[in-house]
Amino acid sequence: MTEEDSSAKMSEDVEKYLNLNPPCSSSSSSSSAATFTNKSRNFKSSPPPCPDHVLENVLENVLQFLTSRCDRNAVSLVCRSWYRVEAQTRLEVFIGNCYSLSPARLIHRFKRVRSLVLKGKPRFADFNLMPPNWGAQFSPWVAATAKAYPWLEKVHLKRMFVTDDDLALLAESFPGFKELTLVCCEGFGTSGIAIVANKCRQLKVLDLMESEVTDDELDWISCFPEGETHLESLSFDCIESPINFKALEELVVRSPFLKKLRTNRFVSLEELHRLMVRAPQLTSLGTGSFSPDNVPQGEQQPDYAAAFRACKSIVCLSGFREFRPEYLLAISSVCANLTSLNFSYANISPHMLKPIISNCHNIRVFWALDSIRDEGLQAVAATCKELRELRIFPFDPREDSEGPVSGVGLQAISEGCRKLESILYFCQNMTNGAVTAMSENCPQLTVFRLCIMGRHRPDHVTGKPMDDGFGAIVKNCKKLTRLAVSGLLTDEAFSYIGEYGKLIRTLSVAFAGNSDKALRYVLEGCPKLQKLEIRDSPFGDVGLRSGMHRYSNMRFVWLSSCLISRGGCRGVSHALPNVVVEVFGADGDDDEDTVTGDYVETLYLYRSLDGPRKDAPKFVTIL
Amino acid sequence: MINFEATELRLGLPGGNHGGEMVGKNNGKRGFSETVDLKLNLSSTVMDSVSKVDLENMKEKVVKPPAKAQVVGWPPVRSFRKNVMSGQKPTTGDATEGNDKTSGSSGATSSASGCAAVAYVKVSMDGAPYLRKIDLKLYKTYQDLSDALSKMFSSFTIGNYGPQGMKDFMNESKLIDLLNGSDYVPTYEDKDGDWMLVGDVPWEMFVDSCKRIRIMKGSEAIGLAPRALEKCKNRS
Repeated sequence: MTEEDSSAKMSEDVEKYLNLNPPCSSSSSSSSAATFTNKSRNFKSSPPPCPDHVLENVLENVLQFLTSRCDRNAVSLVCRSWYRVEAQTRLEVFIGNCYSLSPARLIHRFKRVRSLVLKGKPRFADFNLMPPNWGAQFSPWVAATAKAYPWLEKVHLKRMFVTDDDLALLAESFPGFKELTLVCCEGFGTSGIAIVANKCRQLKVLDLMESEVTDDELDWISCFPEGETHLESLSFDCIESPINFKALEELVVRSPFLKKLRTNRFVSLEELHRLMVRAPQLTSLGTGSFSPDNVPQGEQQPDYAAAFRACKSIVCLSGFREFRPEYLLAISSVCANLTSLNFSYANISPHMLKPIISNCHNIRVFWALDSIRDEGLQAVAATCKELRELRIFPFDPREDSEGPVSGVGLQAISEGCRKLESILYFCQNMTNGAVTAMSENCPQLTVFRLCIMGRHRPDHVTGKPMDDGFGAIVKNCKKLTRLAVSGLLTDEAFSYIGEYGKLIRTLSVAFAGNSDKALRYVLEGCPKLQKLEIRDSPFGDVGLRSGMHRYSNMRFVWLSSCLISRGGCRGVSHALPNVVVEVFGADGDDDEDTVTGDYVETLYLYRSLDGPRKDAPKFVTIL
Repeated sequence: MINFEATELRLGLPGGNHGGEMVGKNNGKRGFSETVDLKLNLSSTVMDSVSKVDLENMKEKVVKPPAKAQVVGWPPVRSFRKNVMSGQKPTTGDATEGNDKTSGSSGATSSASGCAAVAYVKVSMDGAPYLRKIDLKLYKTYQDLSDALSKMFSSFTIGNYGPQGMKDFMNESKLIDLLNGSDYVPTYEDKDGDWMLVGDVPWEMFVDSCKRIRIMKGSEAIGLAPRALEKCKNRS
């Protein structure tokens, strides 16, 4: 039903229901008045419409303006009628844990889904804490939706296992398919991508982010059909195999709507130049290697700076996978317009960073390696007054590495970038002072993730635990929804979190705390907690039990290498029938020792409407 | 009979002899036992809140504290990112490494992370529509390389390599046979700009000197025969 049809029907229904007589002249044009008169003459002979239908109709029209899933969830709870209407009109479904319900339930409730967002494995799976083949397969979902939603346009998956067959079924089943985004997924290869490229003729978005894509030795880029494409976004920077550049160039030329292009490291600087010349309308560019194929021969070198100057719309830059410092300044002309800059794959020194960042006055998102050092962070703080999100990753991600950024850089950022909302910071040396300074200077913080890489490291100046710093964060940052803690932490830190972290939804804990009290503080104190992931901390069954009243209202809890027993886990599973309790070892052994002993290596529990899953591998025990 | 040694909590480095199978399983994996060690030794009040059951569990499972080596998944950096970093060169003051990316020797190793440098070379095959790039450092022998290339360009096989890992060039007639056939042979351009048959030098030497690989028909490679034969003769 189009909007015009439905509102016409609505006004008809409303008028019938309200038993309106058409006013003589004060309503709309005479022709419509005439029609209305006819209708009102007919009205007397037909039965009045059921109020429910009218209301549903009205509601349908109103609900199409509601897109937020929280609002829609609230609407669906009002009464059965509202539940029904909402289910009919929800276009985008978000499923935060693919095991919280079955595909059958999805298609039974929602009838007109056009967009599906599905998340699979919990985050700690990214760090090898989960054995392979644990689950989160896309197959049952694509099979169910293929039949139920032939009009499906968008699929967004995170941490799911997706096979080439799944992609083939997707490409065949949804003729109007427009957007595919795969984040941190695995199980497929370039052949699956080739099928999507070839068969999804309406494709606008093909974004592969940090996914593992096997190289099937297939020229997938040549598989896009001939003629003009609808492509707006193409991201393949995570594909670790060479591509057919000529085909890519031709694809770009025939994609006039292309705004976002993220190439992989097999695209050289010369090749990038060719692409930029052909697509000056780009707004987001992933630069590939940023390194020339051949040693340049003086004047024969392409004018990279000019190419960047010509791309006047670029606001987002990333890539620089094998960059050569002497070419970095070519991007200078776009710096003033940049809102997002990702240097996190480039070993950039403070010396290299400064001339670039000093022009980036509008930057809101900045990702980099700690190779920029405290000095580089000070330069960021001096210029980037609009910074909202900062992520500093370790160039050398080991516990004993040098750690070239510290509390000094953190404090500088807090003083210069007052609008900061989200920070992820890997370091070795940190002080309570710097963390407290950030809590006071950046009241807009919603995400604070500090990773002190050396385990149990105290404040490196005072030698005290990091309790006070994190305490200040939860106390002063009143909008905080996501927190990751590290360093030497006692139960006191957790008492602060429980006392002040009233909006926290996600909490990550590693190598922290003294006792079950810590876990209890959090589970009793944080009413909005949805996702709790804990590793290597001395929390046992007592702590686990203290959260019984919460688990049915949480997305998941992960506890690995802690002190919980099978008995404790069984207790939870018996008390909470709508919570699935999974127990497994870290290396996927079906071995008797890890399975039947009382020790629990990993506990992963989550609420589910449809009970325990049927696809659990042998090494997973569902209690 | 309780094995006291096995249940004893220690702060020291692993002795490596704590009960059979568990050694293999733990293999430097966990920090929790180390955490427990630290906490229990520091403060006795902590013991109160740790239930008896928990304590029993700890005693049974704490076999040895892991060495201060890398713990699995810590720091929490995704493998994709780690892999990218391990392939990076460290920044030097001036880019003297400025070698062509296709050269076998790709310059300095990345700092501290201890992974090998990469050695990308372009691989072209006569008749194939596009190039591939491979990292020679990923392979240890000619056979590995041969397998990888034949998977990439599945319409040919390089043939087998002898026990020393090198092509049997000692036998002139065999070589002539090969070059007369219609099979493809891999050839490579070395540091001096000369085109050689792949397999004529020890593997490590090959990785260092190979700049690019071209897979051509045996009959076309016939021009390389004299050079290959010469090298055979020089060696014998």
